[in-house]
Amino acid sequence: MVIENKLVKKLATTTLIVLASLFSATSMAAQDITIGFVYVSPIGDAGWTYQHDLGRLEMEKNTGVTTKYVENVPEGPDAERVIREMAKRGDKVIFATSFGYMNPMLKVSKQFPDTAFVHATGYKMGKNMGLYNARFYEGRYLTGVIAGEVTKSNVLGYVAAFPIPEVLQGINAFIQGARSVNPKAELRVIWVNSWFDPGKERQASMTLMSQGADVITHHTDSTAVVQAAEERGKYAFGYHSDMSKYGSTAHLTAATHHWGNYYTKVVKAAIAGNWKPENVWGGYKEGMIKLAPLNPSLPAELRNRIASMEKQLTAGTLHPFAGPVVDQDGKIRVVAGETMSDGDLSGMDYYVEGVVSKL
Amino acid sequence: MNLDIIESILFATIIAGTPLIIVALGQLIAEKSGVLNLGAEGMMAMGAVAGFAVTFHTGNPWLGVLAGMVAGALMSLLFAVVVLTLMGNQVATGLALSIFGGGLSAFVGKPYESEVLEAVPTLRIPLLADIPVIGPSLFNQQPLVYLAWALFGGIVWFLYKSRSGLLLRAVGESPSSAHSIGYPVIRIRYMATLFGGAMAGVGGSFLSVFYTPLWVEGMVAGRGWIAIALVVFATWRPFRVLVGAYLFGGVMVAQFFVQGSGLDINIPSQFLSSLPYLATIIVLVIISRDQNTVRLNAPVSLGQSYRPDA
Repeated sequence: MVIENKLVKKLATTTLIVLASLFSATSMAAQDITIGFVYVSPIGDAGWTYQHDLGRLEMEKNTGVTTKYVENVPEGPDAERVIREMAKRGDKVIFATSFGYMNPMLKVSKQFPDTAFVHATGYKMGKNMGLYNARFYEGRYLTGVIAGEVTKSNVLGYVAAFPIPEVLQGINAFIQGARSVNPKAELRVIWVNSWFDPGKERQASMTLMSQGADVITHHTDSTAVVQAAEERGKYAFGYHSDMSKYGSTAHLTAATHHWGNYYTKVVKAAIAGNWKPENVWGGYKEGMIKLAPLNPSLPAELRNRIASMEKQLTAGTLHPFAGPVVDQDGKIRVVAGETMSDGDLSGMDYYVEGVVSKL
Repeated sequence: MNLDIIESILFATIIAGTPLIIVALGQLIAEKSGVLNLGAEGMMAMGAVAGFAVTFHTGNPWLGVLAGMVAGALMSLLFAVVVLTLMGNQVATGLALSIFGGGLSAFVGKPYESEVLEAVPTLRIPLLADIPVIGPSLFNQQPLVYLAWALFGGIVWFLYKSRSGLLLRAVGESPSSAHSIGYPVIRIRYMATLFGGAMAGVGGSFLSVFYTPLWVEGMVAGRGWIAIALVVFATWRPFRVLVGAYLFGGVMVAQFFVQGSGLDINIPSQFLSSLPYLATIIVLVIISRDQNTVRLNAPVSLGQSYRPDA
């Protein structure tokens, strides 16, 4: 009897809790739920943060929740304060969209166990902190294929920010793509050591073009590279966003990021109460990576080929780092028949064959 | 290394040094009168956004430069009222101006972020531009490059050959002496500060109209601070400002060329990127190592408020 009584009590309380949570769920309209976003730079009109903001708007439309964002948040103590404020006001999910928010977010996440924290591009997870990132290199590979086809000088140029694995993946995927169709192609890389400095980015572009590059691209955050190519009558690829309006002739396409689907998924899960921290590294398959519309000047045959490669990337049958992958010094990094593991990708610290600059 | 490469390095060097020269020379005049305005970064940002907006609406880059000049001067007027009339602290006010300018320019510039300007063609000087190598890089340049040279010449003449220049330096050395013999110290400091602001505005508009024809928040990217540092390391001498600015631009461009060339050298890119700063500081410190000339050229009253006794 005693045992039964306990069971009944337990059942009763559980029912009560379930009822209460149901009640609160129904009484709380979607627009009362707030979701916070922390941005590292101003939203602007193109670039990394702009793409996250497009994702935020798409998610808001899909779910009906209220979103709030703070832009231009420096990585460090300021970020901790912003994230804590969002958690305090009761945001259900908080998205932090830059690498340097990792430690501040981890710290705050421990103090607010009921809030879902999601951090982009980092590597530390927590009990209530998930990770997401995109396989940017998949888009890069396709732009490389186009570059290899259109280049006449066989010299390609790349303006890059900092030599970290994510940037190196992009550089290496680009030249892998180019050399898959044009084994004579070579790539020159200039590091500007800044994520955002239009003046330096332009200077580096001009340098690359005067060293013979006729197709250039960049892993920095302004549109200066595309503009410089347009001025000199050369070709360029945008990055992060479609940058065609900054150079309608030069802009062949852009490797763009799309976060809307993922944000929608996370927020829906959090509202339903079944969100779990995950480590998501999505690419073509997850819809996180796409190419911007191809320049109309590109031949139909190439467009078709790119379209079918996009399908292969989605299906997982094409891998930009399928063996053999040989590095700059001739060392074999992936043997024929295999593809590079995610672990090796995340630790990439070398140039592959075809890059003539040195690290 | 062929001549084409030298030519394009030289060309890019001149372009990269120009905004620094214009801003630093303006700051030099203000500092010679004893006013230290750390707000160059903010004034440049305002000059950049005003220059871009006016060029965008009128299609005339010169009106843009004029707008940048006015915007920079207005910003420095704000600064001058606080530090010269209200006796505020120059360092704190300058820092505030720098932050304020960054924020205000972002706010004003929001509608222009997606717009693009057409590049301004270079201005070719006949005959001189035909000299091999240096001709095309020095005399087929953006018009503001020549303006920077004219500004340099004008400032050297003004500071060392004109009576007003002597007066300006006197105010910077000892405002009380200048005041005691009947010169309007505050008015002279106002004019010098406004000139400094106007030049910072021109430098800003050079960035957004000529250098990278676009407007984005934060595009000044620290150049205002570099200009301020340049004045100090050049020990307040115009010619050294010129040398320092071109040296900075030159090393910046040269290290890009080294990186892009694929030369087999094992120097980390982070070190190469810091070279322009290192080289400029080392060279300027070496040429300015004589303590006596430093003391002779540094304005004694720099950064100090001065209230004339009635």
